[in-house]
Amino acid sequence: MTVLLRVEHVTKRFGGLVAVNDVSFELHEGEILGLIGPNGAGKTTLFNCINGVYTPEEGHIYFQGQDITGWKPYDVARFGMARTHQIVRPLADLTVRENVMVGAAFGAKALGLVEAAVVADEVIEFLGLAERADMLAGSLNVAQKKRLELARALAAQPKLLLLDEVLAGLNPAEIAEMVETVKAIRRRGITIIMIEHVMHAIMNVSDRIIVLDFGQLIAEGTPQEIANHPKVIEAYLGDPKLAERLMSGE
Amino acid sequence: MSQRKPPLPPAFRLADFKPALPGRYWANWALPLLVVLGLGIFPLLTGKDVHRETMFTLLRAVVMALSLNIILGYTGYVSFGHVVFFGLGGYVGFYLVAVQGRSLWEALLAGGLAAGLLAWLIGIGILRLRGAYFALVTIGVNEAVKAFIQNFDPFGGPLGLTMNFSVYQAYGGPRAMLQMTYYILVVLAVAAVLLAYAVRTSKFGLGLLSIREDEDAAEVMGVVTPRAKTWAFVLSAILPGMVGALFFFRNGSIEPHEAFPLHLSIEAIVMVMLGGQGTVLGPVLGAAGYQAMRAFLLTNRALKDYQLTVSGALLLLIVLFIPAGLIGWLRRRFPASRRVLL
Repeated sequence: MTVLLRVEHVTKRFGGLVAVNDVSFELHEGEILGLIGPNGAGKTTLFNCINGVYTPEEGHIYFQGQDITGWKPYDVARFGMARTHQIVRPLADLTVRENVMVGAAFGAKALGLVEAAVVADEVIEFLGLAERADMLAGSLNVAQKKRLELARALAAQPKLLLLDEVLAGLNPAEIAEMVETVKAIRRRGITIIMIEHVMHAIMNVSDRIIVLDFGQLIAEGTPQEIANHPKVIEAYLGDPKLAERLMSGE
Repeated sequence: MSQRKPPLPPAFRLADFKPALPGRYWANWALPLLVVLGLGIFPLLTGKDVHRETMFTLLRAVVMALSLNIILGYTGYVSFGHVVFFGLGGYVGFYLVAVQGRSLWEALLAGGLAAGLLAWLIGIGILRLRGAYFALVTIGVNEAVKAFIQNFDPFGGPLGLTMNFSVYQAYGGPRAMLQMTYYILVVLAVAAVLLAYAVRTSKFGLGLLSIREDEDAAEVMGVVTPRAKTWAFVLSAILPGMVGALFFFRNGSIEPHEAFPLHLSIEAIVMVMLGGQGTVLGPVLGAAGYQAMRAFLLTNRALKDYQLTVSGALLLLIVLFIPAGLIGWLRRRFPASRRVLL
């Protein structure tokens, strides 16, 4: 398996606060990697370092064999990485189709507008937004906006997709639907890192999980290993019995 | 940082400026074009000089509003000093004709180029700023250029320059010159409509709209925002520069306070907001509507001193109650109208 992304000793500070502290991990092509940890653990900051929103103070990020540390977000995007935002950022005054076209036209494939419209319609269909295609993005509800975030990222046809809490705020039926969508995306050959708090979903969907706490990587392993990891239970899961219940999917 | 980057897909190709799905809503470009042509032809039908002069002022406003709209309406950056491009283009053009003895055509070209170049330089420097900071700096740029020219001897310093009227003989005398420069302005106004439409419906324009909506999200999606913003600013400066060269050639004299009046920038903003920022037809209608109102106020004995006050109040009311402007409001209220209105 080829290594798609390598994060090496990445540290990001804000003043005196060390938001990400010496984090290293590797990601293989075709994998789904879960990224979990308590609130404020530095998960989103780590995403921001990976896709160029922040430049880490220390360490390097290699993507497709290139050192992309210090690249601008648009360069990273055009090199094949797409992401969604935890707090949705729809282009409110544009239609759903136009939103997704931005992803397609400016992403990894840099499509022309006509092709971008075709790709956008495909992705919109795939994510079940077809009926809303001509509505303004600002008029969608939260679940639809989450799907729109995902649609824009997918339309870019990235190699690597960073998903930041796409399940948060969704009801159980919507979560089940979204989990199936994530699996379907992986079947299309896209590698995924996902931040999630909905434990049974992330345990179910990830090949591997890494755990952050106070900016540090405290555990790494299969969902099984993570659920039984003493440090993880202490820092995040809290209840040792919880692990068993999570794995049984209740 | 010093690492060599792999070849990235190009940010913009010439093909990106081609309208998407050509001919789908032909009314989107035909309607503003018809309005501008109608306004342009009207004084030719009546044959009255006073109508031609009124329409000259109006079409100048149309070009200013349509151009400003590229940076204000499409990209979401408020340029409060947009008149700087009009003034600089005017000075460069005037200097070439009056002092260097060049032709009007060279003056027009140089005026547009000078304005575009200034926009490019400003863009590199200040388009990193966002929101109110950008707006403030644009006012500063206008005042700085004005102050520079007031002290720049080749441009006549504070007194400005005047044209030797014999220059007009080459254009068939003053009367024929007035007629010819009017035709040129009609052509520039048509160019402004086509440019506005082409940008609005291009991939480049989609990038600008995404910057307007959420600049950070646009960056994450791969829009090369510094480059896109700079080009938007350049495109919004060229035609005002050409109109400046044309206006002052026709005017026969140029002075700093005439070339850089801040209120012209603000009036252009009111026009764009009135008609609908980010649309193509909006600035055309906004400019026409605003000029009609201005003419009414200026000829009304009781109100003539309050013309700018009314403009200010109008801007306030638009921002408070219909921030999308006339066309924006119609498009939102009646989605079916989008096939016709843009």
